[in-house]
Amino acid sequence: MSMFSIFNVSGSAISAQSQRLNVVASNLANADAVAGPDGKGYKGRQVIFETVPMGSDASAGVRVSSVQENNQPLRKMHNPGHPSADAQGYVTHSNVNPVEEMVNMISASRSYQNNVEVMNTAKTLLLKTLQMGQ
Amino acid sequence: MIANMTSGLDFHSKALVLRAERQQVIASNIANADTPGYVARDLNFKEAMRQATGADSSSSLRTSSRSQGDGTHGMTHANHIALTGGTGGGPGGASHLAYTVQSQPSLDGNSVDLDRERANFADNAVRFEATLRFINGSAKGILSAIQGQ
Repeated sequence: MSMFSIFNVSGSAISAQSQRLNVVASNLANADAVAGPDGKGYKGRQVIFETVPMGSDASAGVRVSSVQENNQPLRKMHNPGHPSADAQGYVTHSNVNPVEEMVNMISASRSYQNNVEVMNTAKTLLLKTLQMGQ
Repeated sequence: MIANMTSGLDFHSKALVLRAERQQVIASNIANADTPGYVARDLNFKEAMRQATGADSSSSLRTSSRSQGDGTHGMTHANHIALTGGTGGGPGGASHLAYTVQSQPSLDGNSVDLDRERANFADNAVRFEATLRFINGSAKGILSAIQGQ
């Protein structure tokens, strides 16, 4: 019964989206992190999705192929009184943009909900199929 | 006699299998709504049903229609791109799967229209249940005919 692979497909999508949510959470948590004296601050991370074939040739799941770092320059703020300030008085913050991360979070959560609903519908249909002829 | 009684059942069981397959294709589309470069697919139910029911009686009809209908093979919608026959089609497989053309192209090459896919998913679920009810109905009919009560 090919409908059972819906659980695999949607399950892989749910897992991938939750990983995306995890990355968003860690980005948001480190949005205001300050770089140490070596100047290496937190760099925002992003998941890369990839289609992965599952079972029959018609079904295609998702997986996270890699987690990549954002290569934008770190944010520098002038704050000479800060203990982590460099010789010019600049403090290096992470390069996370909280607005982008919030948008990313909403998108991930909606996709997650979509896939949960797909699973629920598939489950209802399979249960009704089980009751066939009764 | 029995063949007459079960022919309707046979038809609906084929429809049920194809509905399940389409459900799974749409689930794949929804799962890949955020995957860059993923191309949405859809199952041409009419064509698949015609193949499933026509394959037993007249295989010549099928081959002739395939050779002349290359331009429209696998299309249920004007926006579908026709497949040239037999790409990736295993036994009873995905030869009737077509690619959809996106209405709002996105920069990452993903052609899933999530609203349309969700509508298709709900529509297909209802039709799946309808087919189930047809099967249940004819099963009940056959049962009461057998029991004669």
